[in-house]
Amino acid sequence: MKLTGAQALIKSLEMQGVEVIFGLPGGAILPVYDPIIDSPIRHILVRHEQGAGHMAEGYAQVTNRPGVAMVTSGPAATNIVTPLANAYMDSTPMVVITGQVATSSIGTDAFQEADTTGITMSITKHNWLITDASEVPEVVAEAFHVATAGRPGPVLIDMPKDVSNQMMDWYWPEAVDLPGFKPTTKGHPRSIQAAARMIKESKRPVLYVGGGVIRSGASSALLALAEKTGIPVVTTLMARGAFPDSHPLCLGMPGMHGNYTAVTAMQKSDLLITLGARFDDRVTGKLAGFAPEAKVIHVDIDPAELSKIRQADIPIVGDVRSVIEDLIEALDKGEAGEMAQFDLAPWISQIRDWQKRFPLTYDREGSGSGLKPQYVIETLSSLTPEGTILASGVGQHQMWASQYWRFEHPNAWVNSGGLGTMGYAVPASIGAKVGRPDKMVWAVDGDGCFQMTAQELVTASAERIPVKIALLNNAYLGMVRQWQEMFYDQRYSEVYLSPDLPDYVKWAEAMGCVALRVESPEEVAPAIEKANDINDRPVVIEFRIDSGEKVYPMVPAGATNDEIVLGPMFGGGQ
Amino acid sequence: MTNVGPAVVPMSLPGGRSARGLSHHVLSVLVENRAGVLARVAQLFSRRGYNIYSLAVAPTDDERFSRLTVVVDLESTPLEQITKQLHKLINVIKITEIDPADAVEQELLLAVVAADVSSRGQILELAGIFGAKVLDVGLERLTLALADTPEKLDGFTELIKVFGLIEVQRSGRVALAKLNRGGGRGGVSRGKAS
Repeated sequence: MKLTGAQALIKSLEMQGVEVIFGLPGGAILPVYDPIIDSPIRHILVRHEQGAGHMAEGYAQVTNRPGVAMVTSGPAATNIVTPLANAYMDSTPMVVITGQVATSSIGTDAFQEADTTGITMSITKHNWLITDASEVPEVVAEAFHVATAGRPGPVLIDMPKDVSNQMMDWYWPEAVDLPGFKPTTKGHPRSIQAAARMIKESKRPVLYVGGGVIRSGASSALLALAEKTGIPVVTTLMARGAFPDSHPLCLGMPGMHGNYTAVTAMQKSDLLITLGARFDDRVTGKLAGFAPEAKVIHVDIDPAELSKIRQADIPIVGDVRSVIEDLIEALDKGEAGEMAQFDLAPWISQIRDWQKRFPLTYDREGSGSGLKPQYVIETLSSLTPEGTILASGVGQHQMWASQYWRFEHPNAWVNSGGLGTMGYAVPASIGAKVGRPDKMVWAVDGDGCFQMTAQELVTASAERIPVKIALLNNAYLGMVRQWQEMFYDQRYSEVYLSPDLPDYVKWAEAMGCVALRVESPEEVAPAIEKANDINDRPVVIEFRIDSGEKVYPMVPAGATNDEIVLGPMFGGGQ
Repeated sequence: MTNVGPAVVPMSLPGGRSARGLSHHVLSVLVENRAGVLARVAQLFSRRGYNIYSLAVAPTDDERFSRLTVVVDLESTPLEQITKQLHKLINVIKITEIDPADAVEQELLLAVVAADVSSRGQILELAGIFGAKVLDVGLERLTLALADTPEKLDGFTELIKVFGLIEVQRSGRVALAKLNRGGGRGGVSRGKAS
């Protein structure tokens, strides 16, 4: 069968089981957009290429399947650089296809030419510039394999226009042959036995759980491990929902804005059982003072993460789910009686004491004007159905969402962790809703973030994707404001945005959304309930929140986690 | 000490290690012979803040592969982290860490030396001692070539410098692990599966 490169590309995506492409056409990718008309693959037309990338990420974060985005060359390719960098940091599987000028024009500074593979080299797992149409099926198969196998991540295929028009003989590769890409998935048995022994000898162990647990589908294995051992669990920002918040062993989020118990349990621990986490600086604080007495078992599918930041006493390369399952078996097999002597009661009682004395809390009455953002999120969490997916942007609202939303399931929290990409919430929530149309999808967004990517609500309206946005409007770039208040003597530099410019209700309505404004606490619940009932279009609720509200606890930048600041509810001190 | 070029070092230290071997390590990296692979390696080093001291690239006997010989500066980053990050590149097939003490190394030096009638004889004598070849002869200059260990090249450069060095070009070293007597190659290989 003879196909053009463009037809082969779409057919290859069909062979990979792709159900949806987020994209925006243009000159160099035009030939590929023609066969899309005849393909069963759904195409969602975005309003900005960055939106396509974040939608693909949101889709991937809730489905654990690679998101696919397709855009043209030059400026379109550079517009999708941010999502690629974001997906690379958060290990999100994504396949991006970019158009490219014809091979004969490459290097001539042709119209809409950019060195896409060069630009994206360090923010993709791998990228390909296709130079002959016969390569298309092979490259697509390789791209999906690389994006999903081992540590997931983004890949990019750059498709010159003449290659799209070139004829080729269709084939589909039986297998992918990449001699330089053979991820280790099975943990080394001797290391796992050593880890089991180290766990049994520990007195103050903590399961330090990162996003890798969600990517590998290890939540139920983790639950079994925690319940078998009674070891408490901290879930990083990327791992919220990997272990249910309602479980007695769940301590919540550690790190710069983590709760006192999660932060301090790690600090005082004698063994960090690190599962698919990477000792991010937002978790460790000042590294030299991080968990000084802890030994480290570090499990990750990416060998380069082991001992990159913190030396591991037992490094284990492998898929975290498979390693947890083997670890449970190793704990069972140990010399009889050992497990029975494993007594964490003093440790757990210490933890319960911290939880009682230093809970996550805020001033409910509040002296400032406006709603308390924490109250909005608590109310939202309690009024939405079980399994609701929550997306978020980046900043104060993201931290409040992570602190006050109740996370019970994996793949139900869609946020930008490593790169901290403002504007992530709106497009990512749209991608999430496309991936899981059966779930209610809410996004918590800030006013600064919303202004960066709100135009994708036009996409949502046009495509009838009923996402719901809780816009926490404090009229500021709030997190920057918080730092200026705390560390720059309240000298506020370029952080004021205004509460009513733009008029968010009118703007949302202009984009085809139902829009509500909420200013008093009594209106919060009814507005959320009203939004929950709308299923044929997007909804935006603008909550006017207290612009003076800050995120606490906080470990100041450069401080150790022992110097955690609890905030005004605890007398402002520690 | 600023790293502006090969340091002046004794030709060898006890234990067969050169002075620069203390902070430099040689990686022999087998890569797929494809467009852009060198850029990927170079960008990885740049992005992660690793220092390349020298780099030599050429195809192997199997045209599907090329071999990079990278001399890395280990002052900033542990070697283990460098090799692990290199392995993440899809086009990297195999990395062999070569300890200079267990390796045979060669580097090529081309040098243009001021050589008038009075000094030419002494320069040629030195060239003879080191086994350097005369590639080109001008009225008052000589172009010499020497292929030897980096340390020998350092020593040779030091000695001919007194005559007036006009231009020096070095290739960067290439290295292979020493053969062990039982056949096969030594060296620490890091395959993907390890």
